[in-house]
Amino acid sequence: MKFNTAKRHLREGSKNIFRNGWMTIASIGAVTVTLILVGVFLAVVFNLNQFASNIESDVEMSVYLDPTLAEDQVQSIQDQLESIDKVGSVTYSSKEEQLNQLMEDMGQTEWDLFEQDNPLSDTYIVKTSDPHDIASVSDEISKLDGVDKVDYGQGTVENLFAVNKYARIIGAVLIVGLVFTAIFLISNTIKITIIARSREIGIMKLVGATNSFIRWPFFIEGLLLGVLGAIVPVALVLGGYYYLSNNLTDNISIGFVEILPYAPFAFQLAAILLAIGAIIGVWGSVMSVRKFLKV
Amino acid sequence: MIDMKGVHKTYSNGVTALNGVDVHIDSGEFVYLVGPSGAGKSTFVKMIFRGEKPSTGIVKVDNKDLSTYKERQIPKVRRKIGVVYQDFKLLPKLTIYENVAFALEVIEETPKVIRDRVMEVLDLVGIKDKARSFPDELSGGEQQRVAIARAIANNPKVVIADEPTGNLDPETSWGIMKVLEDVNNKGTTIIMATHSKEIVNTIKKRVIAIENGRIVRDEAGGDYGYEI
Repeated sequence: MKFNTAKRHLREGSKNIFRNGWMTIASIGAVTVTLILVGVFLAVVFNLNQFASNIESDVEMSVYLDPTLAEDQVQSIQDQLESIDKVGSVTYSSKEEQLNQLMEDMGQTEWDLFEQDNPLSDTYIVKTSDPHDIASVSDEISKLDGVDKVDYGQGTVENLFAVNKYARIIGAVLIVGLVFTAIFLISNTIKITIIARSREIGIMKLVGATNSFIRWPFFIEGLLLGVLGAIVPVALVLGGYYYLSNNLTDNISIGFVEILPYAPFAFQLAAILLAIGAIIGVWGSVMSVRKFLKV
Repeated sequence: MIDMKGVHKTYSNGVTALNGVDVHIDSGEFVYLVGPSGAGKSTFVKMIFRGEKPSTGIVKVDNKDLSTYKERQIPKVRRKIGVVYQDFKLLPKLTIYENVAFALEVIEETPKVIRDRVMEVLDLVGIKDKARSFPDELSGGEQQRVAIARAIANNPKVVIADEPTGNLDPETSWGIMKVLEDVNNKGTTIIMATHSKEIVNTIKKRVIAIENGRIVRDEAGGDYGYEI
């Protein structure tokens, strides 16, 4: 394709945006509305996912040691723990530290008595690299010599994982469904605007235009429709998320509800919306033209 | 310029439009194609710009057998031939200037050549002053002039006119005929399907009469020969 022809396609594609007035507005409107929905939904789902991951990464197990162990045996258990593949981190906590922690948590007074005769055990706090491995690692550790008991909140943790798993699946299904709905809605609107021009496409062919010559301006037009339609959703995501991340984190957060940081998340989300808009715009218009090129 | 040998055309619905057509048209000729409606005139001209393929037989334009062109080369065939239709077939959302320029953009001419040539042909057909108007702002006669300008913009060797005056009043029709004669005088072959007895009998040219898919008469300077 010659440079002048490329320029011509760009010019024609942009002109069509204006010359098809209402059709253009309808298409851009469809893109805008659906992308806003997709954007809000993606923000919510990604944050919930992040939230779930945060909780999961807090899952840890306490490995209570046999109180009769000698110091070098305690050390050797640490070595054994660290040599297990799926283990992420091992932290030692002596029975004194355990007691102090307990007293802090529960209020000091009632526990003074135990300082003389500490009933707790020396403990290793173990985290697995992947929280989901906790049960199997726990089984493995409990078989080690010198380990009294392993506790990771059996039952509760499994429930947490199950809930998270289904929440993620549901979220993914909804996202895919929403994106497909968006694609369908937008490409249909664009298709209608192009069907209205099928006669023109026929005339172009009679004048000797090749298929690609006819297709390029539509490609440009679709791209512009998608990108123009993405402007409002992108602005809403950037602005709205900025507002949320400033206010929500300051007011509600107690280090518990923490939304994904503005940068880079909001920018990634904006880029995703822009890409969806552009791709759907192009796809919708090129697919629709294809039908009329077989004259 | 144009040769047809034993051309038959049967459409997929079973209608036979051409039933053994042999014809030779020289470069620079002006030919009327006459005959009753449904006789096969439109199919005859479609054979030339590859609007339809013959079922059997050979169609040659400029000594090239059209059947040797592949599907995607059809645009190349059409660029050598300008076509003018009864219903003008202008692009409604493009200005007059852009409509004519389109035929040149298709062959990837440079912007300067396009500009010069568009104004030249618009001048030739006498509607230079309407260059910025849109088709629906023009009268039928004016639109047909634009269609002719577009058809001749890339200097085709053949211009096919399928009832170019069919939608126009007699007075406007004479203007269009004048333009077509001018084009012909510059060496372009013209094939014109028509129902206009007046035109055929007044501006004497070669007349090819088609009935039931066959050429029944072919005479230089002939009459229309049908009573309307």
